[in-house]
Amino acid sequence: MNNVIQVEGLTKMFGDFTAVNAITFEVEKGEIFGFLGANGAGKTTAIKMLIGISNPTSGKATVAGFDVLTNPEDIKKNIGYMSQKFALYDDLTVKENITFFGGIYGLSRKKIKEKSEALIKELGLENVASQLVGSLPLGWKQKLSFSVSLIHDPKIVFLDEPTGGVDPITRRQFWEMIYKAANQGTTVFVTTHYMDEAEYCDRVSIMVNGKIEALDTPKKLKEQFQAESMNDVFLKLARG
Amino acid sequence: MKRFIGFIKKEFYHIFRDRRSLFILFGMPIAQILLFGFAITNEINNVDIAILDHSKDTTTEEIINKIAASKYFSIKQMVTREADIASVFQKGQVKAVLNFEKDFSKNLIKDHKATIQIITDATDPNTANTITNYISAILQQYQKELNKDITIAYQIIPQTRMVYNPELKSVYMFVPGVMTIILMLVSAMMTSISITREKELGTMEILLVSPLKPFQVIIGKVFPYIFLSIINAVVIVMLSIFIFNMPVQGSLFLLGLESVLFIITSLALGILISTISATQQTAMMISLMGLMLPVILLSGFIFPISSMPMPLQIISNIIPAKWFIIILKAIMLKGVGLQFIWKETLILLGMTVFFIALSVKKYKIRLE
Repeated sequence: MNNVIQVEGLTKMFGDFTAVNAITFEVEKGEIFGFLGANGAGKTTAIKMLIGISNPTSGKATVAGFDVLTNPEDIKKNIGYMSQKFALYDDLTVKENITFFGGIYGLSRKKIKEKSEALIKELGLENVASQLVGSLPLGWKQKLSFSVSLIHDPKIVFLDEPTGGVDPITRRQFWEMIYKAANQGTTVFVTTHYMDEAEYCDRVSIMVNGKIEALDTPKKLKEQFQAESMNDVFLKLARG
Repeated sequence: MKRFIGFIKKEFYHIFRDRRSLFILFGMPIAQILLFGFAITNEINNVDIAILDHSKDTTTEEIINKIAASKYFSIKQMVTREADIASVFQKGQVKAVLNFEKDFSKNLIKDHKATIQIITDATDPNTANTITNYISAILQQYQKELNKDITIAYQIIPQTRMVYNPELKSVYMFVPGVMTIILMLVSAMMTSISITREKELGTMEILLVSPLKPFQVIIGKVFPYIFLSIINAVVIVMLSIFIFNMPVQGSLFLLGLESVLFIITSLALGILISTISATQQTAMMISLMGLMLPVILLSGFIFPISSMPMPLQIISNIIPAKWFIIILKAIMLKGVGLQFIWKETLILLGMTVFFIALSVKKYKIRLE
């Protein structure tokens, strides 16, 4: 029972349109799981069901040991989430943002203080800690946003296209942070557009039109599709 | 509870760091009440008047001097014929004409009675009313002085006649109206904008993924505005009492309770608007077009409902502001208690429950 995410035949319909079509997979503890797919393939819809803000039409899923249909509130306590859009408030300072998000996860004042000092130090934000987040460069915001999503030490963190629009160096640093989190035992569930990032994942699933068409380690996928890179794998799949 | 306090703290940061929202919150109410307030003010200064003196004797001269000496009036011209009065008004040169009857002094001594006609331009009904009162006061003053030495009282009887708008309706309507608009604006528009802002920025999603329950998020967003709206209501009432001498005849406590009820109605509307709009702009447009216009046009704030065509009169019934204005007027001007306005209160309460139920339902659908 080392699977922190267990999904079986999970389906979401919007009227006649099947956004997510009976997907089945599991994610192990401490794994970096890449969730790939073109725009509109159903990635975000699938994530929303896993994090408990959207009810599946049919199928079953457990996250951190809790059923998404019956116990979404318990799931929420055990996961972190960073969306494509920024999760931080531009008109609050770095410290205020950390305090706020620590607060809504029910952390004690002492704990928040500890966390916030550690986090600011780790990200090297000492000089801007009292500045409004809106004045920071995008890359810093993204790293801060990721750290904030981990503030309550969640078992699983869901990252929905976390590196959109940032430069390669920041992306690299971002992935180092992901590795660090995974090494500390946090399961990372990440969606991305960048196929080079897919290579960094332990295992990768590729979604096409609401279905998972491939799921394995990057190495095995490349062998299976006789491709040079994950990019080729993706193109072969997406073109059918 | 601690989470909730943190949430509210964050909401106040948002409000106090955004100059525009601060202005709408506190600048607007004060600016509006002052603007509308001075339009209904009782003070008049240097109002131009004309005089038609048929008798030209010492008494009329004394009265004219008294009026000219007051800071309220300046005598712009002397009219010689009754027929000229209309044209003086039409040219807009004066606001009032004083018409002394023939043999004013003689009548006063002989019959102890003399008549002045005060003709006012009531296109501006409030000013007309005020002018009449001021002139009457000056005349009474003069009368007192006369009677000081004489045992048999002389009487000057002012006869007033208002032309163009004799009914003087909707004079004190402005304060209740402005109060209604501001509470609506602050409560409905500001909350709908602040909720949609979280949606637009994507932070709403983060909040919904957190252990906070959706209703906690909404209450957290709405709570600061309840607080600020109550402050606004207090400021408006204070301004009207102390600056404009607008009477509050009824119970302030009841006034407060009814205001809180209307604030909640508006907040419920704001939440409802936020569930149907995806962006701040949409929320603002819906608030302005869907709430402000009907409030201004159909609530009886500016245009009396009784003079509207039937279809509009019927539509006006579904506008919460109409009922609140009736309640406000009843408490502030007539000084009545709950036993006279329980029907309106009940209607408002029903609307509030309906809007809350509807927005809870909508909110759930959106989360699906």
